[in-house]
Amino acid sequence: MTGSASAPSASLESLLASREVLVFCGSGGVGKTSTAAAAALAAAVHVGGRVLVVTIDPARRLADALGIEGIGNIERRVPDEVLRAAGLAPRGELWAAMLDTKASWDDLVLRHAPDAETANQILDNRLYENLTSRFVQSHDYIAMERLYDLHSTGTYDLIVVDTPPTRNALDFLDAPQRMADFFGGRLLRWLTAPYRLGGRRGARLVNFASRPFYQVADRILGTQFLQDIAVFFLNFETMYAGFVTRARAVERLLHDRRTAFTVVTTLEGAPLREAEFFCAELTARDYHLGALVLNRVLPESFADVDVAAAATRLVEEPETVAARLSGLGIDALADSVAVTRVLRTVGQSFRNFAVVATREAEMRAQLSRVPDVVATVPSFADDVHDVAGLARIGECLLGMQLPSTRVRADGRAGEAEHRPG
Amino acid sequence: MLDLLDRRLLFVTGKGGVGKSTVTAATALIAAEQGKKVLLVEVDAKGNLTNLFEHPPVGFDPREVHPGVFAMQLNTEASLREYLKLNLRIPMVGRIGPIANIFDFVANAAPGVKEILTVGKVCWEVRESVEGRADWDLVIVDAAATGHVLAQLDAPRTIRELVHTGPIRSQTEWMIEILSDPALTALNVVTAPEEMPVNETIELVARAREETTVPLGAVIVNRVLPEPFTVEDEPVFAAMSTPRAAAALVDELGEGAEGVFDAARLAVALRRARVPHLDALRAAVDLPLLYLPYLFVRDHGLRVTRMVADALGAELGL
Repeated sequence: MTGSASAPSASLESLLASREVLVFCGSGGVGKTSTAAAAALAAAVHVGGRVLVVTIDPARRLADALGIEGIGNIERRVPDEVLRAAGLAPRGELWAAMLDTKASWDDLVLRHAPDAETANQILDNRLYENLTSRFVQSHDYIAMERLYDLHSTGTYDLIVVDTPPTRNALDFLDAPQRMADFFGGRLLRWLTAPYRLGGRRGARLVNFASRPFYQVADRILGTQFLQDIAVFFLNFETMYAGFVTRARAVERLLHDRRTAFTVVTTLEGAPLREAEFFCAELTARDYHLGALVLNRVLPESFADVDVAAAATRLVEEPETVAARLSGLGIDALADSVAVTRVLRTVGQSFRNFAVVATREAEMRAQLSRVPDVVATVPSFADDVHDVAGLARIGECLLGMQLPSTRVRADGRAGEAEHRPG
Repeated sequence: MLDLLDRRLLFVTGKGGVGKSTVTAATALIAAEQGKKVLLVEVDAKGNLTNLFEHPPVGFDPREVHPGVFAMQLNTEASLREYLKLNLRIPMVGRIGPIANIFDFVANAAPGVKEILTVGKVCWEVRESVEGRADWDLVIVDAAATGHVLAQLDAPRTIRELVHTGPIRSQTEWMIEILSDPALTALNVVTAPEEMPVNETIELVARAREETTVPLGAVIVNRVLPEPFTVEDEPVFAAMSTPRAAAALVDELGEGAEGVFDAARLAVALRRARVPHLDALRAAVDLPLLYLPYLFVRDHGLRVTRMVADALGAELGL
């Protein structure tokens, strides 16, 4: 690792400096992609080395900002000028890539197929297209397989990877094993056996054991469909050994000490419950849980008693305050009725957000079984879509911004914290 | 007024995190209050839809989770078992285990098979009701998220292309009929006024038209923040930040004054930042848009479902 500086206690910075792979996971809509990109940027800027972020489906403006729009599987270096334009002085290099599921599958087939003819037969099969483009699980697998591929090149000091949005956030962890089971399983051999005996395109010879299955399956799916599936998998089976070896290697990398997981969540009920489940499950399965990121958290000023008292006064008796303002001789404040209305709205608006902030604080207090490192990223007014925005998140992740209860006039709150490691 | 509730089958999709399940539950609540008997189907196996009615999780057999609202959780194996029993009259009791394993394997590998067990079950309930053998007035599906819903809805056509003979093929015909009938079915998208949800919604609406025959219903924009100040009041609010006014406010309200005004500025900024996304949505999508306010509430439960239902009811002109 180039230019790494290990922190004395557990922190996101020490993870960025010591691990080779950092996997970001969490439920949909919590800001996982931006957080992963921000962590990679922070590593390139503050830690150094060659850092790659692999994103799955970045927002268009973010992809534009990183210069990875439409480039598919090829990694691109984010130009230093782009980083410098955002006021950053990077110690290392930031690279970015976007995951292209179809292209990655094609690569995999071309690599593992015994000959070009078999590869083409697989690539041209309609089942293949469906398998690769439509199925979430194949997406999960390919993300992990691509990660392994990039890691094994040894090109990067650190690879930060965003995970696909899944129904179950754990799916991608099971993907390598499932893929190995799938190709190594007796079921596949059993399903294809009759066709194997009869030759690839020949008549089916059903043995006694599998006859009941075929009787039922024929009635449901039709003979032709079953045969299509079997022929496809007979071809696919030629890649079996390569696939299983790879899947096992991917599995090992994910469990390796060099890999750490970061769970991202907001302080809303459902994502938070999922994040807690995820933390527990990662630990139970012997993965290295590195950090928990609480994203889009409202500023702490909402819990401030002085501020709350001021808000109460504005809601309950704005008239006296309005009279004072109207007497200042400022034109825009001359109409005391309008001033009263605005003051009451200001107080009410605070109270509205305070309800949410209180709920968030409560949620946070109830967090159990979390990793040592907990980073908080405040709620910014807009979706982060540029390098400066990512840098801001990155500083929060590293706990570099001074803890602050202030909301700046531009609506950007600044707050960061680490649990004492 | 939008006649959404007059259909028989509503799919609700949306990007993760936008409140798809809450809106689905609220829709069921409104329909039930209109006197309809509603079947609420949870497709994603998260099992938390019934939380929104403060009812424990349900299984494959529908349970009444709220007066007039019956919920079930789809499960492809149970769906297959029912299918075999009803359609093929295969005595499956002893053998369903291993067969289901094999089927699960085929379903994982072959396109559309898992999806058709999901969408097929839903269509079957609709057909039974339309033909008088079941009595659901409305079936509402908390469908897969935007990324996967089209594969689900289009499964009957996928299967029809791949399977050339057999009972499944013939059954795809009536499923496609139900799924394509604008008098019966509508696909609705829940979104939020943020970049990714809006982009996904625009993309989904376009793809649904191109790739499927399923009629589109409405786009429900959830969590719309209120505009704190009217145009006339904006300069009044701005003037309160001038040094003299700010000093007077600290004098009147104490040290907390700044924090209150900072929060109001945050509220304005949050609202402003979302306006371009709403504009982009309006410009790109020619479907009815229903707006639901951001709710400043504690955790989700029946109370929030009720608040969302009230807001949705108002948007539907009820």
